[in-house]
Amino acid sequence: MRRARLWRTLTPWLFLAAPLTLLIVFTYAPVANMLAYSFTDWDGVSPELTYTGPDNYVEIFTRPELFQVFFVSGYYLAASAVQIGLALYFATILSFNVRFRNLFKGILFFPYLINGVAIGFVFLYFFQDGGTLDSVLALFGHESDRTWLGSPTSANISLASVSVWRYTGLNFVLFLGAIQSIPGELYEAAELDGANRWHQFRFIIAPGIRPVLSLSVILSISGSLSVFEIPYIMTGGATGTETFVIQTVKLAFQFNKTGLASAAAVVLLLIILAVTWLQRRLVPDDRVDLV
Amino acid sequence: MNHRKTLKTLTGTALAAVLLASGCTGGGGSSKGADAEAADDPSQVSGTITVLTHRTDIVQDGTMKKYAEDFNRTYPKVKVEFDAITDYEAEVKIRMNTENYGDVLMIPAVIQKNDYPKFFASLGTQKELSEKYRFTGFTAVDGKVYGQSPMGATPGFLYNKRIWAEAGVTDWPTTPAEFLTALKAIKAKTDAVPYYTNFAAQWPLTQWTYVNGSVSCDTEATTALAEGNPWGADGELRVGDRLLYDIVDQGLIEKDPATTNWENSKPQLAKGEIATAWLGSWAIIQFRQAAEKAGADPDDIGFMPFPARVDGKACATANPDYNQAVSIHSEHKAAARAWVDWFTEKSGYAADNLSISTLKDAPLPEVLKPYEEQGVELIELDDTAGGTVKNIDSASEVGIFGPAYRQELVDIARGAKDGDIDDFLDDLGKRWTEAEKTVGS
Repeated sequence: MRRARLWRTLTPWLFLAAPLTLLIVFTYAPVANMLAYSFTDWDGVSPELTYTGPDNYVEIFTRPELFQVFFVSGYYLAASAVQIGLALYFATILSFNVRFRNLFKGILFFPYLINGVAIGFVFLYFFQDGGTLDSVLALFGHESDRTWLGSPTSANISLASVSVWRYTGLNFVLFLGAIQSIPGELYEAAELDGANRWHQFRFIIAPGIRPVLSLSVILSISGSLSVFEIPYIMTGGATGTETFVIQTVKLAFQFNKTGLASAAAVVLLLIILAVTWLQRRLVPDDRVDLV
Repeated sequence: MNHRKTLKTLTGTALAAVLLASGCTGGGGSSKGADAEAADDPSQVSGTITVLTHRTDIVQDGTMKKYAEDFNRTYPKVKVEFDAITDYEAEVKIRMNTENYGDVLMIPAVIQKNDYPKFFASLGTQKELSEKYRFTGFTAVDGKVYGQSPMGATPGFLYNKRIWAEAGVTDWPTTPAEFLTALKAIKAKTDAVPYYTNFAAQWPLTQWTYVNGSVSCDTEATTALAEGNPWGADGELRVGDRLLYDIVDQGLIEKDPATTNWENSKPQLAKGEIATAWLGSWAIIQFRQAAEKAGADPDDIGFMPFPARVDGKACATANPDYNQAVSIHSEHKAAARAWVDWFTEKSGYAADNLSISTLKDAPLPEVLKPYEEQGVELIELDDTAGGTVKNIDSASEVGIFGPAYRQELVDIARGAKDGDIDDFLDDLGKRWTEAEKTVGS
């Protein structure tokens, strides 16, 4: 009997062994390592490293210029508002019966499947002088003569729109899934009551997908604070497009201040946790009860 | 309740284990100070060695294999294997934390010069090696040499001779002002882009740091970097950066630097769509090959030194390429050493790349013949302070070996960023000299 009980207790852990091992080895161990490095002056290769206590953190918070790069996140924050709006719009339309529905779903989701590095390179050609964007504009009779990545504002807007192009599909799929979990009878009942499409969206869909909507907002805020791939590949942070993560990567790999960079990464993690916590406080996640 | 407790203890143990493991990184370095001595009898040297290299191109097209076959004629018992790494710096940096970084490797830029004895076996004393080889000072620590570059290069302007002639400039400019006048003539009289920044590829901007030494003709220029202000009134880097600024500021560059393309710039320069680019003599062969591919004349590609003269004479610095070193953990040090020596002396690698040979008595490559005719002096900088310069660079976060500050400089020059060039350069100098104090000797 006792053996049976022992097995009963052990079984779930046996099933969990594989994912837990992966989680610990690839997530928590590196994070613990990073935390450890953030208290040292390690340069990334030298076999010797000395413990410097909180020096790195003191340095980060006494150098306000390190936080200036967060202004760049504003562009991406604005872009994510556009992105969520677009995704919501398409998800709503495509959840009803539309011709070529599945084709459109595929088209919208497709960009998310492409490797971020490839996207960066493709859009470099897109924004090139006389590149795709200029030629398309020329087709419509608009002879464009501007350098899209030339000035900080236009470069950041260009990069942020690439990010919209890439991530709209993900939001769209999340929203679509949530919308389709709303029982179909509700729409019928609403139509009987004389509700038009807008009313249906306003009073059924929007409240119905609130948890997913707030999750998307959290993801896009933390995403905006930690933008990396697209600006790193396309401009390398030049012309005022440097983000906090690019700055951290430069500290670690260009100036060999791995300790300081680890501390910066920890600070970014704490900022994101704080923002998320604040958001959960302001917009509590109530249970949805449509029926 | 019971379950929850188990979970807590379990995660607790796991975390403790993780923290323990993280405490054990590093280590090694116990065999500090080993030597890789050259063997007397080639037929006795044996073993399989792995050579880490950044030259993925010549590993793929079989050139490296041919070198290895040649090598086996002298050293029949050594088997050479190549490990070609695309993102060399980043990948090898991580491997340097283990003991497994090949038998022979190119010394990554990130390794501190003073740490060389912890990672590499010594090849001999500088006194002895410098009689025969160039560049020994670049890897010498406490009088012992830890690496050997198979070839050297000199920084300079690659230019299209035909376009420059069309613009009516036949003599090399001798001052930055003359250089600007020449570029203006090119803009006025030809369709070519006078100067191409390669802004988007980033590393070509870093090449401007190698102006160092060309301005003053002083072999102690690197020591001056470590001890003075490179952006002071007549600092080497100020002269170079100022020229770059003026070129951009006067609109003598491509229209949209942010979307430049390094691979495309090669045929463009060969065909005369681009007139000039500051690179290094190592690039000549790539541009010539691109010219052949594009159906242009490879002989149009010329090379000139920095427009500065000391007593009427131009100076060009000879710098080593990646230095090859023998890993301190190698089990076949004699074989590894044999490869390093053979590759430098006998392989013909330097000649194949139209580069300056490491052997002191070897003739200059044919592409640098005009240098001989015009009396350009090839100098080798004393690199004793090279390690300190890197430390100052990291501590100040200026990044003379990275692209960021020159990208900013180009942005200021073309009005994409607010700022004044003099303030900008002065600020760099201030950060640099402040870091000098913290880094010390």
